[in-house]
Amino acid sequence: MGGIRIKYTSALGAHKAPGVTIKSARELDLMREAGRVLSFAKDRLRDAIEPGVTTAELDRIAEKTIRKLGAIPSFKGLYGFPATICTSFNEQIVHGIPSKRTLKSGDIISVDIGAVVGGFHSDSAFTVGVGKITEEGQRLIDDTRESLRLAIGQVKPGARVGDISSAVQAYGEARGYGVVRQYVGHGIGRNLHEEPQVPNYGVAARGPLLREGMTIAIEPMLNLGTWETSLLDDSWTVVTADGALSAHFEDTVAITNSGAEVLSSP
Amino acid sequence: MPKKEAIEVEGVVSESLRDATFRVELPNGHEVMAKISGRLRVNYIRILPGDRVLVELSPYDLTRGRITYRFR
Repeated sequence: MGGIRIKYTSALGAHKAPGVTIKSARELDLMREAGRVLSFAKDRLRDAIEPGVTTAELDRIAEKTIRKLGAIPSFKGLYGFPATICTSFNEQIVHGIPSKRTLKSGDIISVDIGAVVGGFHSDSAFTVGVGKITEEGQRLIDDTRESLRLAIGQVKPGARVGDISSAVQAYGEARGYGVVRQYVGHGIGRNLHEEPQVPNYGVAARGPLLREGMTIAIEPMLNLGTWETSLLDDSWTVVTADGALSAHFEDTVAITNSGAEVLSSP
Repeated sequence: MPKKEAIEVEGVVSESLRDATFRVELPNGHEVMAKISGRLRVNYIRILPGDRVLVELSPYDLTRGRITYRFR
């Protein structure tokens, strides 16, 4: 699930990063397994996404797949969220609640999904177009995926959270996108959201130090317009303030002695 | 633990190991070690690297599974 709400003025102050947990080999194994569950579930969802399907159906598919693979959905019930996945249409950025709304050709949809195995979470998200979508919509999706790839490329022991943040910000802003600031990536493990926060904007070489055994969820959200957001009346769904399209990709990453291991995608 | 229906995925056999075990590559890039199901053994269904097969994934360990069908 998309990150915690932060006061964006304070994000760079978190140098000390208390509460960062280092995972043992056994704990990493559990997170790896949870990641594998997610990658199978994401495959099922990608296959299922087509015009005419409701997001409630997608939610059912996701929950069934996760449970069949021996895991438990992370989001259901967490902070009172009612479903297994977050489905966010078009101008919705994150935390959309699955409903009877059907996918139409031309929509872009973000799906955010999490699973627990043996008490450890993995968290992942992707955005795809439904049927035929506009060229700029497709470019937004591809560039957001690319920004996540670049961010993961920054991960190694001794790097800082700011390296990840600035990689996303530089790439996104150079292409004229709004880079969402109110919602951030996060540490992950026994809890879905742990320290440190991993913003998608910031200064390289600043922020909490990445050490071997940490696990973080990196989740760039790029908008075709402004980076500013607003919240719908359901108090969950986050939309772009100007109604422009938004895309979101997320992977759970472990910091290894040589760099990064992506847990939630093959 | 109640017996649950396992999830099935299609894959391609990449390597034949001992004890009727095979390494199967899945379209999403994951690899699983899969044993042949009893029904295939009884019916002498041969499986060779390169065959497309249906794998039932173990809910306990997603790197392991059972081959339940060989496509022809």
